[in-house]
Amino acid sequence: MNAYWPIVVPALVKIVVILGIVLTGVAYTTLAERKVSAWMQDRRGPNRVGPFGLLQPVADGMKFFFKEDITPREAYRPLYLLAPFLTLFPALITFAVIPFGTQISVGGQTYPLIIAPGMDVGVIFLLAVSSIGVYGILLAGWSSGNKYSLMGGLRSASQVISYELGIALAVMSVVLWTGSFDFRRIVEDQAGWGHFWFVGPQFLAFIVFTVAVFAETNRLPFDLPEGESELVAGYHTEYSGLRFAMFFMGEYANMITASAFVVLLFLGGWNLPFVNYAWFGPLWGGLLSAVVFFAKVAVLLFVFIWVRWTLPRFRYDQLMSLGWKRLFPLALLNLVLISTLLVLRGHP
Amino acid sequence: MKVTRPELSWWERTYFPAILKGMKLTFSHIFRKRVTLQYPEERWTLPPGYRGQPVLLTGLDGHEKCTSCKLCQFICPPEAIRIVAGETELAKEKFPAEFDIDMGLCIFCGYCQEVCPVEAIWLKDAYELADYDRTNLIFDKEKLLALGRKPPYLPGREKPLEEGR
Repeated sequence: MNAYWPIVVPALVKIVVILGIVLTGVAYTTLAERKVSAWMQDRRGPNRVGPFGLLQPVADGMKFFFKEDITPREAYRPLYLLAPFLTLFPALITFAVIPFGTQISVGGQTYPLIIAPGMDVGVIFLLAVSSIGVYGILLAGWSSGNKYSLMGGLRSASQVISYELGIALAVMSVVLWTGSFDFRRIVEDQAGWGHFWFVGPQFLAFIVFTVAVFAETNRLPFDLPEGESELVAGYHTEYSGLRFAMFFMGEYANMITASAFVVLLFLGGWNLPFVNYAWFGPLWGGLLSAVVFFAKVAVLLFVFIWVRWTLPRFRYDQLMSLGWKRLFPLALLNLVLISTLLVLRGHP
Repeated sequence: MKVTRPELSWWERTYFPAILKGMKLTFSHIFRKRVTLQYPEERWTLPPGYRGQPVLLTGLDGHEKCTSCKLCQFICPPEAIRIVAGETELAKEKFPAEFDIDMGLCIFCGYCQEVCPVEAIWLKDAYELADYDRTNLIFDKEKLLALGRKPPYLPGREKPLEEGR
């Protein structure tokens, strides 16, 4: 039994820390959304609860907690109750394979800053698990017994098939470039002299991936499953209280996952140009890398919010044609270009 | 009507120029002045002639000006005014023994003020009149006179309503 402690304890600590960071991040992303949207509309945003409204997420959480949890008579109960979990949990599980820094060395032990350090197919795992969240949306839409919810679920289903291809192909070109499914290898390939963040060499893939990721997280301009001006609230029309909060948190957790994904694949992970974390010592270097990583994620979250309050919603067929006629060929073209380049360079 | 649609270039048809332009605009708004009025702390400067709470005015002799002619009661569209006339030793001979305005009914039209021959009723600029109980919204003569004796808020003053009510 004793042999397991050195593995189990650091893992548990990392899980607790990461869940804490992510859930706090989710709470404060909702606040940031309200604040930034207010600023963009020349308003002030929530500023009554706590200083500058900083305790607003707590008040929101309390409200969700005390609201009645309603199940409509027409709903198919087992799936209706299950669906919110199916959306929230995959969004949280993805953080198991997301490395959020280099490593920390304390007392002669080295702890890599990732919950599941041995996972060398992190990219595949993340793609697979984050797709499960869509099932929550589909099932919520179907099991609510409400035509608007059903429309939302249907839209989500057709949205999936139009953007997943783009995402997968964009990711594939990065994977080809580095020759690894391991996030650490991908990030390390973007560090050091003569290496670039993959936004540069993989610009097409970056564009395709970013656009598709907006669709994956159901954010405007692709929030068709919600579409509140057409579908009341889409797939979560019938949900209330904590179950609605789960969808809500799932959406924001997905945003954080997606931002982390973009940062890791294209924006150099925790790397900064001309900075080597070895300079800062084993402990502070590791912590600093984590801070840089989360700062980059925060910037991307701001971009998510920024885009949401700028662009109107795409029409249903426009999303389809964007996914199939633009993103898919672009990603394919990029894949061919990258492969040709690699063959010419004599890559293994 | 024939609409001529502009011929878009290849670059324009990728949506990117329009998207970037829009994002630039929304970003610039972050740094603009906020238009929100922080209501309980800040208040509008009310325009002159603002029609708020109707009140009864007191004459120089210290008695209410009202002669109980009931013109306001007759003109009041929602019939919010109730007057019971009485006799008095004063020169005006007639006075309102009771004068109620149901603020739950009042629509702040100002007809009572318009129609009053002796300028006894007047709409001042108090506007925070909500209450949890409708019976509290029936203002009687004493209350209306007391409200009328308080000075009106003058436009442009700081913290107006503290004194105005």
